[in-house]
Amino acid sequence: MSSPTTPALTIASSPLQLPRGLIVLLALLAVLILLVLVSSASGAVRIPFAELPRLLFGTPTSDEELLWRNVLLEVRLPRVALAVVAGAGLTLTGAAIQALFRNPLAEPGLIGISSGGALGAVAAIVLGAPAMIWLAPAAFLGSVVATSLCYHIGKRQQGVGGLLLTGVAINVVCGSLIGLFTYLADDNQLRSLTFWNMGSLAGATWSSLAFLAPWTLGLCLLLLRQWRALNALLLGEREAQHLGFAMKPVRRKLVLLVALIVGPLVAATGVIGFVGLVVPHLVRLTLGADHRWLLPNAMVAGAIALTLADWLARVAVIPAELPIGIVTSLIGGPFFLWLLARRAF
Amino acid sequence: MCGLSYDSSPAGEAVRATNESTLIPIMKNLFLALLLSLSTVFAQAAEAPQRVVSLGGPLTEIVYALGAGNRLVGADISSLYPAETAKLPKVGYYRAFSVEGVAALNPDLVLATDQAGPPQAIEQLRRLGKRVIVLPGAPTLDALEQRIQGVSAALGLRSDGSVMAAQIRGEVEQLRRTPSGAMRVLLVSNHTGKLEGAGRDTAADAMLKLAGAKNVLAAQKGYKPLSAEASLALAPAAIVTTNMSIQAAGGLSQFLAMPGIAATPAAKNKRVIVMDDLLLLGFGPRLPEALRVLKGGLVGVTMASR
Repeated sequence: MSSPTTPALTIASSPLQLPRGLIVLLALLAVLILLVLVSSASGAVRIPFAELPRLLFGTPTSDEELLWRNVLLEVRLPRVALAVVAGAGLTLTGAAIQALFRNPLAEPGLIGISSGGALGAVAAIVLGAPAMIWLAPAAFLGSVVATSLCYHIGKRQQGVGGLLLTGVAINVVCGSLIGLFTYLADDNQLRSLTFWNMGSLAGATWSSLAFLAPWTLGLCLLLLRQWRALNALLLGEREAQHLGFAMKPVRRKLVLLVALIVGPLVAATGVIGFVGLVVPHLVRLTLGADHRWLLPNAMVAGAIALTLADWLARVAVIPAELPIGIVTSLIGGPFFLWLLARRAF
Repeated sequence: MCGLSYDSSPAGEAVRATNESTLIPIMKNLFLALLLSLSTVFAQAAEAPQRVVSLGGPLTEIVYALGAGNRLVGADISSLYPAETAKLPKVGYYRAFSVEGVAALNPDLVLATDQAGPPQAIEQLRRLGKRVIVLPGAPTLDALEQRIQGVSAALGLRSDGSVMAAQIRGEVEQLRRTPSGAMRVLLVSNHTGKLEGAGRDTAADAMLKLAGAKNVLAAQKGYKPLSAEASLALAPAAIVTTNMSIQAAGGLSQFLAMPGIAATPAAKNKRVIVMDDLLLLGFGPRLPEALRVLKGGLVGVTMASR
């Protein structure tokens, strides 16, 4: 009886929820903007906050200002931009995958995206790709191949369970192949592998962002539009089907979108875990499970989380840097525990 | 204050002590000396960098060996020798150093090897207007010479570098001529509690070759986990390892008791050579010293420690 567009499907427990989602979204956006400013203005090289506009839009008048300008434009801003884009993409896909599997432990890695990407990168490094240029395409290819394998084998089974089981198997296969390549790697390759596995935003450049930012944000918009299907999925697959959602195409569309978003991100940053798993939960705990507001809020919250983590990684041990994976789990883990304990789930 | 310094300055005394006839040649000499010193000051300002960041332990060692350690304003965390390096600000590990951290030290020269990273980091430093010299990091005598030449040229100490490189080559050649006995040697490292054996294409293998020893793991490429059975079958007559590996094992006796070590002829005869990591594997200016210690240990001394 209902078409996918009926507003009855929004899980609105109170009429206040819609504006609340919007208010939180605006607040998060304000926090993100503030954080981007603070993060751009601080780092190993001390740049006075008041100088920022002049450095960005004026011409430098001294050697010091030239250095500031270069640090800002060549090192910091691409990095902050990559943190925003990657955080938004990883968290939005995390939220979507959690809804698709109706499982709070789900994350994009579950359907082979991360391990496939890692396998692609590791293979490229160990099989002697002549240049780092091949690393990102190889990682992307790995992600897409692993995820589509996962989808095509998984769809033979009834429901989403098949996808889940296939994902587990694909992850095992990818993991063991990564192990094998690691074993075959020589000393130099091994160190590149470790670096890549830890995840890093240090490689951000405007040229990679020129592709990555519009690609990721564009696909994110497409994924945001799937909120009704995700809400219907919360009731269960069969129920969603009864509500008029053809489950197979929806599932295919979701998996494809997630793979296309996360694949290039994994290729660009390596494996940054945790954000995609935990940040959607944080938002769900505060806003509830209506995906109309959960998805955009999760996206902005993810951007905040990764920008914050990268900023801390850059300023914690000046003039050195912490690996970002360590920061995300060191801050995010205890914070999440505290939230769980407070809410008494 | 100004008058005081004028009175006590040697130049002032020289002027007062001379009469008309000697004044002009002295003035001329003074002028020449002034010109000369000015030109060298100028040349130094233009060429010799005074704020250097070194990304790599062996490069840092070379800077100190050239007597230019006071020009270092930062280094990476693998720069552990000499002891003065402890006081330098550290910009992270040379394979994952912080670009902005290096820039913040405001260097006029950054020394790196081709192993420095992350990818694009060197490129980013150059785009910040920093002068970066990238030198070969390979574990060979030739590459060491290039490192020394490269560092000394960049520091404006080219002739010192040539002297040092020639001296090191001479010492290494001489050490290679002394008899070694071609002993079968196993080189292991241990960072995580698991022993890893060094195969070919490693700094470890290159050191063993220079020392005239036979690497029992020459068939394998790079570092691989050491199989206890294989190491017994290989029956090394001596084992070489590093200080950090012994620490990771919890001490020498624990190391000797590890499977893969305990039953080897080397362990039974207590022929285990323990050397400082950077000395043994760094291929820095202490290469002759490293070879001397290694060969000394292989030729007869048991349980050599350095």
